[in-house]
Amino acid sequence: MSHSPAAPESSAATGSAATAEEDPAAGAEPPHVRSLPRRLLSRPELGSLVGAVAVFVFFAVAADTFLKASSLSTVLYASSTIGIVAVAVALLMIGGEFDLSAGVLVTTSALVSSMFSYQMTANVWVGIGMSLLVTLAVGVFNGWMLTRTGLPSFIITLGTFLMLTGLNLGLTKLISGTVSTKSIGDMEGFPEAEKVFASSFQIGGFNLRVTVLWWLGLVAVATWVLLRTRAGNWIFAAGGNSEAARAVGVPVRATKIGLYAGVAFCAWVLGQHLLFSYDVVQSGEGVGNELIYIAAAVIGGCLLTGGYGSAAGAAIGALIFGIASKGIVYAQWDPDWFKFFLGAMLLLAALLNAWIRKRAEATR
Amino acid sequence: MTDEQPESARPEQGAHPAEDAGTATGADTGTATGADTGADTGTATETDAAAEQSAADAPLLRLEQVTKSYGNVAALSEVSLDVHAGSVSCVLGDNGAGKSTLIKIIAGLHPHDSGTYTIDGEPARLGSPREALDRGIATVYQDLAVVPLMPVWRNFFLGSEPRVGRGPLRRLDVAEMRRTTRRALLRMGIDLRDVDQPIGTLSGGERQCVAIARAVHFGARVLVLDEPTAALGVKQSGVVLKYVAAARDEGIGVVLITHNPHHAYLVGDRFVLLKRGEMAGSHAKESITLDRLTREMAGGSELDELSHELERSPAPPPPGSAA
Repeated sequence: MSHSPAAPESSAATGSAATAEEDPAAGAEPPHVRSLPRRLLSRPELGSLVGAVAVFVFFAVAADTFLKASSLSTVLYASSTIGIVAVAVALLMIGGEFDLSAGVLVTTSALVSSMFSYQMTANVWVGIGMSLLVTLAVGVFNGWMLTRTGLPSFIITLGTFLMLTGLNLGLTKLISGTVSTKSIGDMEGFPEAEKVFASSFQIGGFNLRVTVLWWLGLVAVATWVLLRTRAGNWIFAAGGNSEAARAVGVPVRATKIGLYAGVAFCAWVLGQHLLFSYDVVQSGEGVGNELIYIAAAVIGGCLLTGGYGSAAGAAIGALIFGIASKGIVYAQWDPDWFKFFLGAMLLLAALLNAWIRKRAEATR
Repeated sequence: MTDEQPESARPEQGAHPAEDAGTATGADTGTATGADTGADTGTATETDAAAEQSAADAPLLRLEQVTKSYGNVAALSEVSLDVHAGSVSCVLGDNGAGKSTLIKIIAGLHPHDSGTYTIDGEPARLGSPREALDRGIATVYQDLAVVPLMPVWRNFFLGSEPRVGRGPLRRLDVAEMRRTTRRALLRMGIDLRDVDQPIGTLSGGERQCVAIARAVHFGARVLVLDEPTAALGVKQSGVVLKYVAAARDEGIGVVLITHNPHHAYLVGDRFVLLKRGEMAGSHAKESITLDRLTREMAGGSELDELSHELERSPAPPPPGSAA
C-alpha cells in the first residue's frame, strides 16, 4: 500500500460505505501498488533466502574449497535431488496435506522401472513408462484414500510409506533374489534414458547435472501453476479453508488428488535419475527422505497447516540442505554433524518465518 | 446429526441473550439504517411494480413440506418457504431450530429427505454446492465464507476465475480480476484501497460484505445469508444490513437466516419462524409488528408464563417510608 503516512487509519481496510463516493482522493492514488519492501516482506520465501545466504557465507568462510566451481556444482546437484521432490511436497503442503510416502516412492519408482524392463522387455523406455503409471497410481491412491475416508493425511501416507517399504524389499528379493536389482546398463534405450535423466554438461569448470535443469524447470512450472492458474487458486483455497472453498464450488477433492499425483510425478523423475545414474537400485533406500522434503518446504516458508507458501521457497529450502550437506564435507568436519545442523536450521527457519509473517500482517 | 452437534455445542449459545440486549440499546442506529433502506425500497417498488407483480406469482425458489433427518434425529420437518425476486425472506429461530439444516438443503450441501424443493417452478434435488451456484443460488456462510490467508481479489473470484490465453499458457486474468474486484466492491459501496491484502485482515463485517458483493457480481438470483450479523457489533451489523438491502434492490431474492428479530424486521418482507425443526409461523411484514415478532421468536406464551413467574411479589413498603 502506497498511501501517505498522513492517513494511517486507512491501513485498516476502509470498508465504510460513506467514504466510497465522496472521496475523490481514493481514486487518484494508485489503488493496488504496494511498496517494494512491503511486498518483499510478505513473500513466504524471504526467511529462507536470508538463511540460504547466511549458510552460504558461513561455509564460504569455513571451507577453503567451497567456492570452487567443482564444489558449487556438487552443491547444486545435491540440492536438486532434494529439490525435485520438495517442490511438489511444498505444493501439497500449501494444499493442506502431507506425504510421508514420497521418500520410498522414489525407490519404488526406480525399482519398477528397472525390474519391469529387465523381466518383461529389452527396452528401458517400456519400464520407464510402466514406472510412471505405477508411481502415479500410488499418488492417486493416497489422494483418493484421503478424500474418501477423511482420515488425516499423516495416517494415510504413513500406511503407504510402510507398505511401500515392505513391498520394495519383499518384491525385489522375490524377483531378483537379492536386495538390489540387476544391471540394465546394456539394454536398449539406456544411453538415451541416461541422457534425459542422468547426464551432465561441462560449462567451463562447472559440471552442470541435468537434474538441476529438471529441478529449475519443475520450480518454474510449479510457480506458474500456483500464482497464475485456476488450479493454483484452488490449491491455496483447499489448504487455507477447504470448507469455504467447497462452498464456492472449488473441486477440493480433485485438487488434492492432483497434488498427490504431482508428488508422485516428481518422485518418478528422481527415481529414474537414480536408476540411470547408478544402473542398479538398492531396494532399502529412500527411507527418511520424506522428512527432508517436508523440512525443505517448511524452511522455504510453507505453512504446515496449509494455505501459505511458495515453490521458490521450497527450492531455497532444498538449496540450504545442499549447501549444508556438502559444506560440512568441504569443511572436513565429521558428517555426523549434518543432521544436527539441519535440525537447528529447521527450527531457526520456522521461527524466523513465523516472526516475519506476524510482522507482515501486523504492519499491514 | 453430526453436522448439528457442533453447532449446538458452540459457546455462542450462551451469548445470545446478551447480544439481543445489545441490539435493543443500539436500536437508534438500527432504525436510522432502516429508514434509509426503506426509502430505497419505496422507489424500487414503484419502478418495478409490474415486475414485482409477476414475480409474486412465480417464486424463484420454493420449499414445500421439506423434511430432513440425520440418522433418526429429525432436524427439519415439513418446512415451507417462498423466495421472490427483489424481496427478503427471513428465517428466524433459536439455536438448534433447524436454521443451518435449512441452509444446507437450499445450498446443496445436503439433499432433503421428503417434500419438494422447486427452483423456477421445477423440482430440484441438488447434489453439490456447485449445482446450486449454477442455478443462481449463492450462499454466504457466517464463518466459512472466505479463505483468510488469500488476497481479497483471489477470494472474490474463487471458484469462478476468469482466464485468458490458450493451451498451456491459459492463465488467470490477474489485472482484470483485481480491477473487477475493486469495481464490484465499489458498486456495493465498499471502498478497499488494497485488494491484495489477505482477506483475513478485514473486519468481520467487511468480510461479509465482500462475500455478498461476490454473490451479486456473479449473478446470484437467490442469496442465502447465514447469520450475517451474529458476530458483529451494532454499527457493523447496520453496514451489513445495508448491503443486504442493496442486494435486494438489485432484484435478488434474499434468504436471511438470523436469530435477531430486530435485524430481520429492518429488511425483511416475510418472516418464517422455526422451532425445534418445525414451522412455528409464517408472516408477511404487513401482518406482524416488531413487538409481536420478537415475542413469537422469544417463545410467545412460554414467555408470558415466564414473566409471570419472574414477576416481583408486591414488595412491602420500605420500613423507613412510614415516617
